[in-house]
Order: sequence, then C-alpha cells, then structure tokens
Amino acid sequence: MKSRESIIGNVDWVIVLLYFLLVFFGWLSIYASSGGDTAGSVFDLSTRYGKQLLWIGLAVVMIVAVLLIDAKFFSSFAFVFYGAMILVLIGVLLFGKTVAGSRSWFQIGSFAIQPSEFTKFATALAVAKYLSMTHVDMKNLKTPVIAMSLAGFPALLILLQNDTGSALVYASFALVLFREGFSGSVIFFGFVLAVLFILTLLFGEIYMISTIALLLILLLVFFRKTRKNYKSIIALFLLSSAFVFSVNYAFQNVLEPHQKKRINVLLGIEEDLRGAGYNVNQSKIAIGSGGFTGKGFRQGMLTRYNFVPEQSTDFIFCTVGEEWGFMGTSVVILLFLGLLVRIVVLAERQRSRFSRIYGYGVVSILFFHFAVNIGMTIGLAPVVGIPLPFFSYGGSSLWGFTLLLFLFVKQDADRLKVL
Amino acid sequence: MYVRDYSSRKYIIIGFFVLVALIYIVRLFYLQVIDNRYKLSAKNIVLRYEKQYPARGNIYDRNGQLLVYNEALYDLMVIPGQVKGLDTVAFCALLQIDTAFFRSQMEKARHYSNYRPSVFLKQISKEEFGMIQEKLYQCPGFYPVTRTLRHYPVPVAAHVLGNVGEVNQREIDKDPYYQAGDYIGKSGIEKYYEPELRGVKGMKILEVDVHNRVKGSYQNGKYDTVAIPGKDLILSIDASLQQYGEQLMQNKKGSVVAIDPNTGEILVMISSPGYNPNMLVGRQRSVNFERLLNDTLKPLLNRAVMGTYPPGSTFKMINALVALQEHAITPGTMFTCQGKESRPIRCTHTHVSPLGLKHAIQESCNSYFWNTFRNTLNLPKYNDPKIGYEHWYNDIKSFGFGSKFNTDIPYEVSGNIPSPAYYDKVYNGRWNALTVRSLSIGQGEILVTPLQLANLVAIIANSGYYYEPHFLKKIENLPDDSTLYGKKIWTAVEPKYYKVAREAMLEVFEADHGTARYYKMDSIQQCGKTGTVQNPHGEDHSMFIAFAPYENPQIAIAVVVENSGYGSAWAAPIASLLMEKYLTGEVKRAWYEKKMLEGDLIHNKTKDKEH
Repeated sequence: MKSRESIIGNVDWVIVLLYFLLVFFGWLSIYASSGGDTAGSVFDLSTRYGKQLLWIGLAVVMIVAVLLIDAKFFSSFAFVFYGAMILVLIGVLLFGKTVAGSRSWFQIGSFAIQPSEFTKFATALAVAKYLSMTHVDMKNLKTPVIAMSLAGFPALLILLQNDTGSALVYASFALVLFREGFSGSVIFFGFVLAVLFILTLLFGEIYMISTIALLLILLLVFFRKTRKNYKSIIALFLLSSAFVFSVNYAFQNVLEPHQKKRINVLLGIEEDLRGAGYNVNQSKIAIGSGGFTGKGFRQGMLTRYNFVPEQSTDFIFCTVGEEWGFMGTSVVILLFLGLLVRIVVLAERQRSRFSRIYGYGVVSILFFHFAVNIGMTIGLAPVVGIPLPFFSYGGSSLWGFTLLLFLFVKQDADRLKVL
Repeated sequence: MYVRDYSSRKYIIIGFFVLVALIYIVRLFYLQVIDNRYKLSAKNIVLRYEKQYPARGNIYDRNGQLLVYNEALYDLMVIPGQVKGLDTVAFCALLQIDTAFFRSQMEKARHYSNYRPSVFLKQISKEEFGMIQEKLYQCPGFYPVTRTLRHYPVPVAAHVLGNVGEVNQREIDKDPYYQAGDYIGKSGIEKYYEPELRGVKGMKILEVDVHNRVKGSYQNGKYDTVAIPGKDLILSIDASLQQYGEQLMQNKKGSVVAIDPNTGEILVMISSPGYNPNMLVGRQRSVNFERLLNDTLKPLLNRAVMGTYPPGSTFKMINALVALQEHAITPGTMFTCQGKESRPIRCTHTHVSPLGLKHAIQESCNSYFWNTFRNTLNLPKYNDPKIGYEHWYNDIKSFGFGSKFNTDIPYEVSGNIPSPAYYDKVYNGRWNALTVRSLSIGQGEILVTPLQLANLVAIIANSGYYYEPHFLKKIENLPDDSTLYGKKIWTAVEPKYYKVAREAMLEVFEADHGTARYYKMDSIQQCGKTGTVQNPHGEDHSMFIAFAPYENPQIAIAVVVENSGYGSAWAAPIASLLMEKYLTGEVKRAWYEKKMLEGDLIHNKTKDKEH
C-alpha cells in the first residue's frame, strides 16, 4: 500500500495532464473529422472515434500497469525488449500485411497492429542502457557509432518495410548523443551537409560548386595564408564538390520517383496539385480556412468531407486548424512544447544516467514526430507519413507513444529510489 | 578522470524546441489569419452553388385563354461511379433507346466525371417519365431532374409570342444575370417582356464532399436566396380570332392586323405562312429552326410588322384627308378624269366624270387624287411645291407612317415616307408635284407595314386620333397597364374632315357599286377600302382595310394577301369574316368562309409555274 501511494505522490502530474489533454483533443478531432451527419454513440466500434476511445481505454490500463511495475525491470531487460522487437520487425518483413505500400502490419483477427510503433521505446531503452553502461566513454568514437547503430538497425528494417517516414524517426537519436556530449561540431557538420543537399537540389551542381569556390576564396582572403589553411581550403572544396555531385547522382539514380517528387514539391521546384502536392495543398487550404477562431466543432467542411486525405491519421492537425483556427493550432503547439520542455526538465533531474538518457530518447522521438507531422501539414516539411503523437487515429501509435512516455514517467516517479 | 558535464546543452535543446514551435506558430498565423487565399479556395472546394430557376410567367390572351405555360419535363441524370448491377437491356427498353446510344452516353458521362452528374437523356415527357419512374429505383446512379419547357396549348400567334432558348455568349456578355445554360426570351413577347417573365433566379448553397456528394445545406441556408417566379402577362390578342384568322390565311402569303381602335390593343396579328410555336421548343428546336430559316416562303418573317408594301389605293384616303386639312380641296371639290390636267395619272375604272370626293374614294379614281395631291403641293399660300410637300409630309407622318410605334411590338420596321431632303438629293433640288406624282395614289417610294395600315383604319374609325398599338393588357399584380402604352395621339387632320372618308368607306360595303358589296352584312355596318398594289415581281398584292361597326367602331383591320390580284377577291372577304366573328362571335357566311379556307394561292401558283 505504501509503495502505491508513493507512486501517486511521485508521478509528475504535469506530464500526465498534458498527455491526457493531447489525447482528449486528439480524440475530439477524430470524432469531428468522421463524416456522417448524425453521430451515433461515441462507443460505436464501427467508427474510428469509437475504436479510438477503446484504444484510449486500453492505453489507460497500460499506464496503470507500467506504473505498477518496478522501474528497474525496464532497465534490466532493455536489451531483451530491443532484441524481441528486432525479431518482431523481421517477422513483419516475412509474414506482415501490406497496407498502403508498407509491409508493416500484423493482422490479428480484425485488428491490425504496427510493430514499428513499439520499436521506438525498445530502441530508446537499448540506447539508454548502452550509453549508461559504466565502461562507455563518449570521447571514444566507438560510442556514438554503436549508439547510432542501435538506432539504425531497426530503422533499416523499417526502411525495408517501405515505411521511410517511420525509419527517419531514428535519426532523432542524434539529439540524445548531443546531450550526452557527442561533438556539437559533428552535428553542425551534418547540418551543413543537409543544407548543401537541399541547395544542390534547388540550384543544381554548377551553381553550387561555383558558389562554394567563391566562398572559400573569400575565406582565404580573410584568413592567414598559411600552407595549412591552403590545404584545408582545397580539401574542403574537393569534399563539398564531391558531396554536391554525389547528391545529384543519388537523387537522380537512387531515389524512387515518388520520393523525388515529394522532395521536389517540398522545395517548390515542382507544382503538383494533383499528385504529391495535393495532400499538402488541401491541408493548407483546410488549415488556412480556419481563420483565427476556426469554424467550430464539427463544422470543418474540408476535413469532414474527405477533402484532406488521411485526415484522421497523418493529417489530423488539419481538423484542429480548420475547426479551432489559429487559437486551436497555437494551443496544440504550446501543449506539445510544454510536454517536450517538461520531459527535458524531468530528464535533467534524474539521478541515474539511464533514466536521463531514456528521457532524452523520449523527447527526441516525440519532437521529431511533432516537428515533421505538423511541418508537413503546413508545408514546412516533406510529406512523410508519420503520426502526430497522442493525436492521430490508431491503436498501435497511441500505445507505442503511451508506453514510450510512461516508462519515463515511471522512472521519474522512482527516481528517488535510485542510489 | 575528469568528466565534463554537458547538462548546459539542455538549454540549446530547449531553445531549439522553442524555435521550431515559434516558427510553426508564425507560419500558422500567416496561413490562418493573414493570408485569405485559403479561405476562398476552401469555399470553392466545398460549396456548390445551385441555381434555383423560377417558373417563367404564363401568357394569357385578352379573354383569359392560356397561350403559353411551362410544361414539366425531366432530364435523366447519371453519376457513372454509382451505376451498379444495371440490366442494360431492360434499361434501354424502358427508356426506348438502343444499346449503342446507352454506351455512347455512358462513355461521354464517364469521360466528363465518374463522380459528377451528367445528363443521360434529355427532355423526357411527363407521360414517358411516369413509366420510367416506377422502375428507376432499381437503377442506382440514375436520377431525374425537373426542367420546364414552354408549351402552347393553342398553337397560334407564333410570331407575336416568340420563343425561348438557351442564352448565347453575346447575351451573357450583355447581361451578367445570365449564365450558360440559362433560358432567355429569343424573340417576340418572350423577348420584350423577358425581365417580367423570367422572374429572379435563386441560389442554393450546398456542401459537397470530395466525391461531389451533397452533404447538406451551407449554414442551414442562411445565404440561400429564393427564386422569385416570373409574372404572368395578359395580352391584347384574341386567341380564337387569331386562330380563325390563321386558318383563313392558310396557304396564302400575307398578313392580318386587327386593332381595337378604342385602346390601340392589337387583337390579331397574323403573318402567313407561319409555324406552330411548339416547333421551336425542346429537343427539336434547333432542327426545326434551321428548317424554318431555310424555307423559301420565310415563315419566320413577321410580315405584319416587317413586310413593307406600297399602300396603293388605301393611301388615297389619307391624301384626301391631308388635302382637306390643308384646304387644298373641300368635300365638294369636283375633278374630271379627262383633260390635260388629269393626264399624268389616268383612271383605270369606268365611272361618271367629273366626280366629288366621296365618290372618288369609292371609285378609287386615280385622276381625282392626282389633282388633289397637286393642289396640296401647289397651294398658293406656300408659293412653292416643296413647302407644300413639307406640310404634306408632316401631316402624313402624324398618322404613324414612316416611323416605328416603339411600343412592345417586336421587330417593327418604320416603312418609308420620302422626306423633302430625300427628293432634293435625288432630283438635285429641282422637283415638283409632277415629279413625285406616284405618291398621290400610294405608289412610288412610299412603303408601309400592315400594322401601320391597321393603325390608319383605327384613326379613320376614331375620326382623327389613335392609341399607340401594343400587345400588353396587364402584368400580373400590377395595375392595369393602359397608361404604359396606348397613349392617345392626335393626327394633324381635324376630326371634322374624317366624315367624308368614313362615309365613303361605308359605301364600299353598302353602295350598289361598292367594291366590297358582296361582303355586306345586314347585322353590322362595315366600312372598308380596297387596294391593289402593283407588284413588279409578280401578280399584284391584294389589300383591304376596314373597320366596323360604322357607329362606335370596335375593330380596325388591315389585310394583305400577296400576289392575289384585286383587293376585293381575297383580302376583303377575309377582313369581313374576321370582323363578323369578332363582333358577333360566330360566322354565318359559310360559303365565303369555305372559299377562303380552301383557297390555296401558294401551291397552285407553284404548280402553274411548273407548267
């Protein structure tokens, strides 16, 4: 009895409140975006909102279970979870069901479950476990490589399922490494590469290489003309030129046509309102038409009448934008920001490295989903089909994110037990 | 070992989160609050603006007989994406179409859209639709929409009523009220009273989903507008008289105009050959229109207002009236047919000579009217035939000749009364009465329309004034419209001078030697004047103007029968029969009626020519 009381007393109710606010707002949006003029019972299991309500109920059961289990259990069995999820991912590749081009589902009776949603928390556990091991030293180059490999392996399997969006999520572990002391300049270098990548696609290799050459010559003018500087400038030029050429080559020869198209549309190179750009355009219209105060609950005509594709899953944010307007969208963004900042704050107060690193894993994944999902609905990120945490319709993603978050909440609640 | 603490990096991380959130909020503020484009496109995507067509006003004749109404028809629409499990053969049998037509229509519809409705079969009549409707529920994807078409229960007065058709681009450009697919009055009364008849379109705003399925009314119809039905018109036309006249005129080329001289209301306007107004309606409209347009007898032409003729002898009366007014003659003035003075235009009749005005009108004596005309132009007080002509010209114009009435009569032409300036130009300023002598007997450059002739009779019947001829009697819910048209207009000739003309016209029927004496009736005193118009292109046109009864006239009528010879042969009996029918309600002179109904001046002629 005593320990249970202490759980209730130690749980961070701010996170719990934010979680339930997001889940509730998400469910309202799913309810609002389901067509049909006469909404039946909210428990009607033939509807999406009815099912989602069931998933939410099961998620609450899951939360209670997680809070009752000893936090040590997760850290001790981190690699077991990870290994099990890797096996499940391989199993999906072999026996899974293909939905919308992605072989990422297990069909159990009439319900389908998407294992990749559960891999995230397992991976976060494994990365946290590895980085918190006593012999691990961030200064050693091996450490980040192994950590990123732990994240990269499930990503690769998910990429093989042809679910690019979910695979990209694992790149967010870079943020964890950054917090744990991994060189900021390497991450900055990665950022420069990304900028080069985009600019190359936008302007073509000739312009890019001439611009790089010009910039480097300018650098030479301002820096001391030592032999060493000459060498590094020339090396930089060769490297970036090689990169620019390979980007172009990779873009033309490696990417699938639909992926090329999505990137082109995002960069504004291609205007394609019928194909890949259709979703984004419809989404922008839906959100934009909401105005400041929105059209009101269940008044969002574009989302209700299916003008926005996937509006209860990946494009759920459109419903918020259309029905609640700028007030609604900014509140949702602030709720997410509050959740993210709160997790960072909690992670920093952990006594155990494992818990802190796991907390950063949680915040990285949530941030990536938040930034990319909302970004794509307002045309600031490419359309990669990943759900908005706690909002989007779907049991797998809701449970995956719930487990991810509440494993951390549990560890936080138990933080004082750690010596 | 010194371990560096990286916890300060949390600030970078939190700062990064805040930055992204801020960028998103700014972007959303731009999308949702500043940029209005998206609100507009949202409306365009979701809302369907459905026009609500008002019922076009009905048209009635002066006695309440329905002339034009809207007949409900059905268009069968199809949404190809919703057609499932259709028994094509049974369906084709039901619609009485063949499978090839079915396939081509479905192909067309599918080509347009799988989700939007296309017209599958146009204009199905009420009777046909009754049978189709019973089985339509078995055919998902098909549904009917109601359309209206004009229908003419008494198929008369096609030229007057005009017709309705789809708007063309020019009409759309001219009036933004119209949109492609709308109907508009194309001619006749339908065109002239278009704003009254059409009503006002309404607009229903509906919400549709991505498959264009209607989901409900936008904002519970807050922005919908209701269609206001068109107004009914009551015309001055007497449908039964019009119909009778059209029967009398069948197989003849020409026209009839009858006016109520007390109001200027047009009772009858016939142009023959005509056509059944129901021909220019619905699916057959364009085919029939083309056929009528190419017909050598020009059935689309309204001869009553567009046909211009030299008025011939009928014009002699007005010349006499002007001469009396100008004091060029008196009712007692006698002229002889013989002698140098009368030589320029010889008399073709045989009668006593010299003779007085009344007698001259009855006998239509050319010489008498030449003398009259010359005296009018050469009046001593003007001392210049051109000034005399100018007075004559203005007097003639006061009878409505040489100009349009500009009331609600469609496609009127003005005819021609040559102006002094015209002659100055043609004759280099050197001309006199002798130069323009043809005018004295209604020939030469003068051209009049049958409508103007009918109006002339109304003037004589009224002894000096007329009401502007017009069709409209009343617009529904508006007070009697007699003030709008039918202004009373006095001619330049004083009432007292009409007596002799009226008496002369009476004798045309009543006197033993009157040219229309065969058509005299005991019950009604009729007045008339024959005219035979020389026609350089063929046989003379027969013309007759008449009014009745002599006291308190009720009907003034002008009849022109082209290429039929003397005015008394065809035009006079037709005018007389129409007056009889209008005044007594029936026709007792069956023999004349039979002759007129059976007379065929078009086909017999062509037969003659072939020989």
